[in-house]
Amino acid sequence: MKREIISLQEVTFTYAEEDKSMRPAVNNVSYTVYEGEWVAIVGHNGSGKSTLARLMNGLLFPQTGKVRVFGEPLDEQSLWDTRSQMGMVFQNPDNQFVGATVQDDVAFALENNGVPFEEMVERVKRSLLKVKMSDFMNSEPHHLSGGQKQRVAIAGAIALQPKILLLDEATSMLDPQGRDEVLSTVQQLRAETDLTVISITHDLEEALLADRVIMMNQGNKYAEGKPEEIFQRGQELVDLGLDLPFAMNVSRLLKKQGVTLVAEHMSEEELVNDLWTSHFNK
Amino acid sequence: MLEKMIFGRFIPGDSFIHRLDARAKLIFVFLFIAVVFIANNWITYAILVLFTFLIIRMSRIRLYFLVNGLKPVVILIIFTFLLHLFFTREGAIIFEWKFLRIYEEGLRQGIFISIRFFVLVILTSILTLTTTPISITDALETLLNPLKKWKLPVHELALMMSISLRFIPTLMDETDKIMKAQMARGSDMTTGSMKERMNAIVPLLIPLFVSAFKRAEDLATAMEVRGYKGGEGRTRYRKLEWATKDTVIIVILLILAIILVYFRS
Amino acid sequence: MDITLQQVSYAYAKNTPFEKRALYDVDLHIPSGSYQAIIGHTGSGKSTVLQHLNALLKPTEGSIKIGDVEVKAEKKSKQLRKVRQKVGIVFQFPEHQLFDETVLKDIMFGPMNFGVSEEEAKRRAIDLVKLLGLPDEVLEKSPFDLSGGQMRRVAIAGVLAMNPEVLVLDEPTAGLDPRGRKEIMDLFYHLHKEKGLTTVLVTHSMEDAARYADRIAIMHDGKCVLAGTPQEIFSDEVRLMDYRLELPQSIKFQKKVEQMMEKKLPVLCLTEEMLAEELAQFLKKEREL
Ligand SMILES: Nc1ncnc2c1ncn2[C@@H]1O[C@H](COP(=O)(O)OP(=O)(O)O)[C@@H](O)[C@H]1O
Ligand SMILES: Nc1ncnc2c1ncn2[C@@H]1O[C@H](COP(=O)(O)OP(=O)(O)O)[C@@H](O)[C@H]1O
Ligand SMILES: [Mg+2]
Ligand SMILES: [Mg+2]
Repeated sequence: MKREIISLQEVTFTYAEEDKSMRPAVNNVSYTVYEGEWVAIVGHNGSGKSTLARLMNGLLFPQTGKVRVFGEPLDEQSLWDTRSQMGMVFQNPDNQFVGATVQDDVAFALENNGVPFEEMVERVKRSLLKVKMSDFMNSEPHHLSGGQKQRVAIAGAIALQPKILLLDEATSMLDPQGRDEVLSTVQQLRAETDLTVISITHDLEEALLADRVIMMNQGNKYAEGKPEEIFQRGQELVDLGLDLPFAMNVSRLLKKQGVTLVAEHMSEEELVNDLWTSHFNK
Repeated sequence: MLEKMIFGRFIPGDSFIHRLDARAKLIFVFLFIAVVFIANNWITYAILVLFTFLIIRMSRIRLYFLVNGLKPVVILIIFTFLLHLFFTREGAIIFEWKFLRIYEEGLRQGIFISIRFFVLVILTSILTLTTTPISITDALETLLNPLKKWKLPVHELALMMSISLRFIPTLMDETDKIMKAQMARGSDMTTGSMKERMNAIVPLLIPLFVSAFKRAEDLATAMEVRGYKGGEGRTRYRKLEWATKDTVIIVILLILAIILVYFRS
Repeated sequence: MDITLQQVSYAYAKNTPFEKRALYDVDLHIPSGSYQAIIGHTGSGKSTVLQHLNALLKPTEGSIKIGDVEVKAEKKSKQLRKVRQKVGIVFQFPEHQLFDETVLKDIMFGPMNFGVSEEEAKRRAIDLVKLLGLPDEVLEKSPFDLSGGQMRRVAIAGVLAMNPEVLVLDEPTAGLDPRGRKEIMDLFYHLHKEKGLTTVLVTHSMEDAARYADRIAIMHDGKCVLAGTPQEIFSDEVRLMDYRLELPQSIKFQKKVEQMMEKKLPVLCLTEEMLAEELAQFLKKEREL
């Protein structure tokens, strides 16, 4: 069994506890994330995903239930230590850019953690190289595209060499190119290090990249499993406000047209092969 | 409209002035304010103007941009000029028309004050145009550091300033967008009576505040997540470097002061 | 109402050190009643073009005819307000423009600025809230108490309330979840069909452009480099790649299938539905042979 990195046990959180009409933003949710995994958290807007993110890094504490990080309970004492082990990137590229230039922004977390000057310079350089933003060291944020800003945010997050990278809809405000840049950056980081990635998203492609998907609905954990298991649920997911992979949509439409297929396929290759074997290669 | 403003913005470049240490430039501007007051006759003011043009040349900023961007200030200068022109009653009368009298001393004072104003504005603009806001902030923080002893929150102030500066372009963009969005909904901020215009500003200001608060909240969260807990125990990524040329520029200013003292009457 | 851009050039911050050319000689004709998509890489000038469509920006060179009003560089026109009423723009993240105490008042803001009576504006607001699938209660709520998706709808209602003849949309679904995206795109299409609204859509989604538009224009580096029907635009993959654009997923898939079958389908499949239909037809014919 792999080492457990984050675990939530029956966690409930309500924003205004005293207001009885308020339903919990996160209701009795449990899950565990293991070292080196890529976990995607999906769900409609308002389903509690960001609240989960805040609970995982101690911006919020649950009213009931427990959050454990690296096997230790997350509390006031372990908070700052935990945060230095967990890089986080948010949705809005503009609102998390603290530094005046790219390199200042990447250095921000290092400064906060008292990293000595020489090492800072080295780490800033290395982090920017990893996200392919070295040519923009001195650029100011308003001269960068959304995708570039998010890559800088990732560089800032990994500069402390954390174990976990937590992305809260980091791609949702980006154009397709920006999204691809960010996703390939994350993939490459995973290939080079044993970084654990938790990505909150409603982008299908991003969810399909994950090892495991946790699906939220109205504050509850609705389902958990491998992406292909989750998306097999078909219409159920559509009803909950999510997309299905393209190949699956087409499979379903083909079936409606009376074309026989062995299954509703997740990937385009499978679908093409199925069409080939069942209709031509006889 | 907003985009034409030049005061307080940075134009990237690699001139001698650009490469000076921000602290040197700050000290220079502060000393210069004092030096300007040494001038009191035609020769000394002429030297000042000459010196200013020299600095403009060294900064390699096109004069045309400077003048264009400083238009709003020019109005202020003209106003001060007229004020002195009409209200100083000394020396010989050089012009008279109905109740209007212009005295020699008035003209002289008007011109001198305008020059003083002009060189100060130009040199401060050159400071901001050739120095990144972050360097100015760093320089202020370093120069003010001794004041920490008196409990002045120097680090916090500097951080505040640097974040404000970083968000100015963002908020300018935002203002532009919201203004256009409301104009597209028929709001008109450029015509009508004073009252109508005031009313038209509300739909601009409220979204702007809402968004600024949202940004501030997001930013605070992002900073906390990245381990920010005040100035204590922090190291600094930015290092300012004082070089010989920085000493030289201050010395040049002192020489200017000596020359001015020599020629002043 | 036809809109025609003739040799439109535009520069931001003209005559300052920060001058930035954004458009070069753009020609574009948007016939009345059409659904025009504008696609292109970020920074290619799409939003700049949009702002010309209701004279929020005036061309630095060239001219635009909006209905019978001509907008030119130096010309001051009193008719701009008329233009703005007839051309409604939904900006990117339109929820940022909400400001009034209640949703009702906010939606009424636009029409009342254009001299619509209070009763009429109110009536429109009530109808629109329904049309956009929001519960009636929101009318009296503060727009800032709504969820992101609801705020987006209220902002859209605020533009529709002016009863524009042309609806201009700048990436109207950015940041929404999949269901919200689909609902809003379907609504715009419905308005286009039912009310004959001329619609101009800027989008990064090739799928949306292929599905909804009947004409597509491609912007690249401030120039309008290609314009035509979706069939025409998407038949030239090589050219699209030059502009760093992709084919819609359904066409990409069609190509894969065609490659495997070594045969071509009769048309480009612009949507998933069309793809399934064409494939089914094709397979049926193959079987009969
Ligand atoms: N700061 C807050 N105060 C009160 N309610 C909030 C706050 N943040 C989120 N909520 C509510 O909690 C629920 C879950 O929100 P969130 O975790 O942001 O969802 P998601 O990230 O999935 O869109 C929503 O109903 C939302 O309205
Ligand atoms: N307010 C502005 N000031 C200066 N330059 C701008 C402004 N708005 C846009 N630009 C520039 O104009 C070009 C076109 O921008 P835009 O029309 O927003 O493109 P798109 O909508 O296709 O992303 C870009 O290079 C952009 O940087
Ligand atoms: Mg969220
Ligand atoms: Mg745009």
